[in-house]
Amino acid sequence: MNEETTTAINEETASGTIEFSGEGLQELEEILQCYPNKKAAMLPVLHLARQEFKTITPEVMQYVAGLLDLDPIRVFDVVSFYTLFPSEKEGQYVIQVCATLSCDVMGARSVVNHIEKKLGIEVGQTTEDGKITLKKVECLGSCGTAPMMQINDDYYENLTEERIDEILDGLE
Amino acid sequence: MAQQYFLHNRDNPDSNKIDFYLQNGGYKALETVVKEYSPGEVIEIVKKSGLRGRGGAGFPAGVKWGFVPKYSDKPKYLVSNADESEPGTFKDRYILEKEPHMLLEGIAIASYAIQANIAYNYIRGEFVYGARVFERAVQEAEEKGYLGQNILGSGFNLKVVNHRGAGAYICGEETGLLESLEGKRGWPRLKPPFPAVEGAFKCPTIVNNVETLANVPLIINNGPDWFSSIGPDEKNTGPKLYCVSGHVKKPGLYEFPMGKNLKELIYEDCGGMLNGSLKAVIPGGSSVPVLTADEIDVSMDFDSLAAIGSMLGSAGIIVLDESTCMVDALLNLERFYAHESCGQCTPCREGTTWMVKILQRIERGEGRVEDMDLLDDIAEKINFRTICPLGDAAAMPAASFVKKFRKEFEAHVKKGKCPVKKDKSIKATHAHV
Repeated sequence: MNEETTTAINEETASGTIEFSGEGLQELEEILQCYPNKKAAMLPVLHLARQEFKTITPEVMQYVAGLLDLDPIRVFDVVSFYTLFPSEKEGQYVIQVCATLSCDVMGARSVVNHIEKKLGIEVGQTTEDGKITLKKVECLGSCGTAPMMQINDDYYENLTEERIDEILDGLE
Repeated sequence: MAQQYFLHNRDNPDSNKIDFYLQNGGYKALETVVKEYSPGEVIEIVKKSGLRGRGGAGFPAGVKWGFVPKYSDKPKYLVSNADESEPGTFKDRYILEKEPHMLLEGIAIASYAIQANIAYNYIRGEFVYGARVFERAVQEAEEKGYLGQNILGSGFNLKVVNHRGAGAYICGEETGLLESLEGKRGWPRLKPPFPAVEGAFKCPTIVNNVETLANVPLIINNGPDWFSSIGPDEKNTGPKLYCVSGHVKKPGLYEFPMGKNLKELIYEDCGGMLNGSLKAVIPGGSSVPVLTADEIDVSMDFDSLAAIGSMLGSAGIIVLDESTCMVDALLNLERFYAHESCGQCTPCREGTTWMVKILQRIERGEGRVEDMDLLDDIAEKINFRTICPLGDAAAMPAASFVKKFRKEFEAHVKKGKCPVKKDKSIKATHAHV
């Protein structure tokens, strides 16, 4: 996140241009009942926002701030701390290859190299058609089945080059 | 093979459903507790069992529960720490996905013991499947009356909320977790006050690791004496999950009594080394001091590992063979800590980054003769000088790697390049669980 984002979040932009879906609003009500104050609903509401809007833009942060009766900067403060609230558009599939020690010694670098070659992109990039983003991440808690990767919600473990090809070719 | 209490249903696809759990004696412990015991009696039973925290610190769980002020009129909270993120550790994920009702029953009993009516399960954001399984388990337990209002007619109420984290290692530290739960950055708090007195929402709060809580129903069902009879001595008790990763033939999750011999675990249960010979073992998750190959004839329990200068930690055992460059391995870990440092304390924020830079130059062959002492000095100046133990967690591996593998570090500097023939190829193993 850069200076532009911080500026954008402090600016009064046209409000009311985005809103959760009906289902989202219902889920919001349920979330709020689980906490003694609105601020504590921050992470669940941001997860919901990610589900609804994919990217946590300054506009989304302002919307969330409005829902939780907070200054937008409080939401920005949180969003910028965690890794699961992307502020920039990502591919339809986000591949996260675990690169921490157990995976590293079992071949994580070769996994990354193989995917890079196959997709023609480097870590941090998205394929031209906007379909796949490749990331290298810290320990995903699947060390006994290394090397591994996560694609969107799912874990893929005990990877080999053949298995990676199969998985990637299977992405629609 | 010793009796298993966590992994015995690992091949059963229904192990995470309530009907299966009930058929196998599930929720009997909760029923006994809410019908027959006072909260104080439950705390005494858990104290007597000797159950120590499975998250890393090894603090006695019953003693921790006893710190909650009895006569406070504030609400109390129980938090299950399911933010499993310590490199090398993957036991809580198994419990969440395969035995969520063991955890839930433990949460309910612990909540009764401290008289909490709301419990949060803070689960790391990446565990999407585990979160789904856990939420379904909560719903099942509510439908059957094991959670919710007036549980089993006892008058005790408990709401369990699954709370997803968002990708920050530091939120596994209990006060960082509480800040995060309150909707803020996961910045650890200065202690005291300890969470038992002032935790979530300024109220008394107990934070326990998933595996710790999942042990509680076993203690109630079988008695504290049974529990304390398992393991090498009265201070290291109960069944234990061991996570093995790295260069062994059969990595994966293993269950044995507390005090499993590490050498036996690697060479017998895990089928020995995958290819090369053993170089080093990190016994308790990436944050604990490393062991050399000739230090592994040790009992995997809190005190035996402490006696040889390491820690049981989260029992995340990372096995490294001779194809591992220790400078490169430490660099990998310090990069992790530099990335995960929350940035509050200067020694940790700056120190981890400095260590990364120094290790990078050593690995590139541009290291200086004084770099090993410099690493040691930085580690010493981080250790115990930060708000939370992340600083110590970054310092301990650095100090121990440099101390125990100094010759290898020096060889990098002398030769002007990495002297180890590293093997970074993808290795196929037969994961145990």
